[in-house]
Amino acid sequence: MSLAEPLPGAAPAAPRGLTPPPALETRDVTCVFQVSQGFMKGKKPLRAVNGVSLKVPKGQVVGLVGESGCGKSTLASILLGLQAPTDGDVRYSGESALGFSRKQVARRIQPIFQDPYSSLNPTKSIRSIVSQPLRIHEVGDPGQWDRQVDEMLELVGLPKRVAGSFPSQLSGGQRQRVAIARALIMRPEIVICDEPTSALDVSVQSQILNLLQDLKDELGLTYLLISHNLAVVQHMADRVAVMYLGRIVEEGPADALFKAPAHPYTRALLDSVLTPDPSLGVPDTHLGAVFPNPINPPSGCSFHPRCVKCMDLCRTQAPAPAIRADHMAECHLAAEDAA
Amino acid sequence: MSQPVLEVENLRVDIPVSAGLLHPVRGLSFSVAKGETLCIVGESGCGKSLTSLALMGLLPKTAIRTADKLEFRGEDIRMHSERKMSNLRGGAMSMIFQEPMTSLNPAYTIGNQLMEVYNRHISRSKSEARDRAVYLLEKVGISSAASRLGQYPHQLSGGLRQRVMIAMSLMCGPELIIADEPTTALDVTIQAQILHLLAELQAEFDMGLILITHDLGIVARIADKVQVMYAGKTVEEGPCADIFDTPMHPYTQGLLRCIPVPGKTRRGERLGSVPGVVPSLVGDLKGCMFRNRCPHAAESCTAGNMELHAEGGHAHACLRPLADRAAEMEAAQ
Repeated sequence: MSLAEPLPGAAPAAPRGLTPPPALETRDVTCVFQVSQGFMKGKKPLRAVNGVSLKVPKGQVVGLVGESGCGKSTLASILLGLQAPTDGDVRYSGESALGFSRKQVARRIQPIFQDPYSSLNPTKSIRSIVSQPLRIHEVGDPGQWDRQVDEMLELVGLPKRVAGSFPSQLSGGQRQRVAIARALIMRPEIVICDEPTSALDVSVQSQILNLLQDLKDELGLTYLLISHNLAVVQHMADRVAVMYLGRIVEEGPADALFKAPAHPYTRALLDSVLTPDPSLGVPDTHLGAVFPNPINPPSGCSFHPRCVKCMDLCRTQAPAPAIRADHMAECHLAAEDAA
Repeated sequence: MSQPVLEVENLRVDIPVSAGLLHPVRGLSFSVAKGETLCIVGESGCGKSLTSLALMGLLPKTAIRTADKLEFRGEDIRMHSERKMSNLRGGAMSMIFQEPMTSLNPAYTIGNQLMEVYNRHISRSKSEARDRAVYLLEKVGISSAASRLGQYPHQLSGGLRQRVMIAMSLMCGPELIIADEPTTALDVTIQAQILHLLAELQAEFDMGLILITHDLGIVARIADKVQVMYAGKTVEEGPCADIFDTPMHPYTQGLLRCIPVPGKTRRGERLGSVPGVVPSLVGDLKGCMFRNRCPHAAESCTAGNMELHAEGGHAHACLRPLADRAAEMEAAQ
């Protein structure tokens, strides 16, 4: 069986003649947690994800950026079926995934996590870690599993002898390759990469990025790349979505968004990227240190207390999405420009 | 440049392990002047963090530190007793650690931890310490500083905790700050803010700053001098602009090719890489330690002691630097 061939039970091919639906789509997904305020004080809702609609077209890389606490990881758990959304719909290639079992979800979508030191079971051999999805899903002939693991290890650039090793015997970069092999052995359509390189050294980071790029071309994968390193996102992503306090505040093609960001928050994020240019000093983003409390979000536009271009309107009224071509921004300024 | 705050010559750290003697730091020399920023760059495992611990006298007990010269404010601190070192630490020289989550004590309030340093080093007056703490918390951009003093570390976000760490390192007006990966655990926006703050405070208080990092973006923006470390040795050093404009050592060149740069690298383009891993530093080490990962390695790289070759202020420890290799290429054509 070649690697490009779909496994039995994989997604059905799109009907001919129609534009295929996006590989991954969320429609108004909301996730509310009830957070305790302390003994006898009752609970308050925290809207971790607040009406997110995102499309990840097949074969593309969509970057999701934002500060910690903005809801990126909650959104990722919803997409992976690890967390049920309070409201809204998640669709894989047009099919609603809300009724899917855990196994069905795992067939279609797989994660690669940030820290390869904690995401691999230290007591299991690499062969056992990589073949576990095959064993759980009982895919194919058990006699072939070893060969499949070997093929997968070769694909991610690991020597065969690694199969008998344990995670503690491998370097950070090698462990991340194992995590990638484990995610890809079921040949999912979509891979969610949650900060795949931020725990790694620069020299290893570039190797992992190159590998992800190669695998995408070879296996026709679709990535949702979650990262706060905008240089990495710009390098990898076709489209970028910027998240702030549970909402996507700007979304568009990577080139346009990086060249002319419409939202002041995107501007501030871009300004914080430290490119290795010794003629520039350390940027001052004027963002302030305080991330708003998501239990008690600011009135109007949630970004207004930190925004350098804040107007009176922003304090009272939340901006509606302003759409120009395929570039969306939720900002009163962008709405003015579009009008 | 004014008189150096810290001068180090031939600093070595040796740690006996079961397989022999481990040499994580193998002869480092550098100096930092007041108001100057020195960045030490390198991959994990190249001895950066042990260097900082060696300077502060915080090495594990089994480690052996030797140096030809280790002078802080013109005073030899090599033979300082633990008592004398702890008089310096947190006072005239202070350190900012990587993880603000683990380097603050969760059982004490912020105020308690900030004031403790002041009371230990400068005066026992509680009210003076409190005033200083409030002043510095405001200085590092924390709003309603006075009420923050009663809070515990878990009540603060990562960025705020790192600001508290910076305030703490400034409590006694140090002349030298050693910051070991101060922003690695933080968001990009907070990272830019913290670095901006560090640079500002450094200029204001005229301190020497040693910044240890693996992020070349940070180095380019903040450093005056750069020291590139590999396997416990300096492989290249010089003024910041020179290192980035004309990197001489293949390791520095490799690192610079690894990072995607918005506007320079095209999307989806293959990034350069430095294949292989840092070699084991146990036992007798000869020749260039980078040779097994170097694209330009030759027979001559296996022997000899790699000394730094200086041209002006820019020095490198490569036997076959850029110019030589270019000449060879031309000759071959």
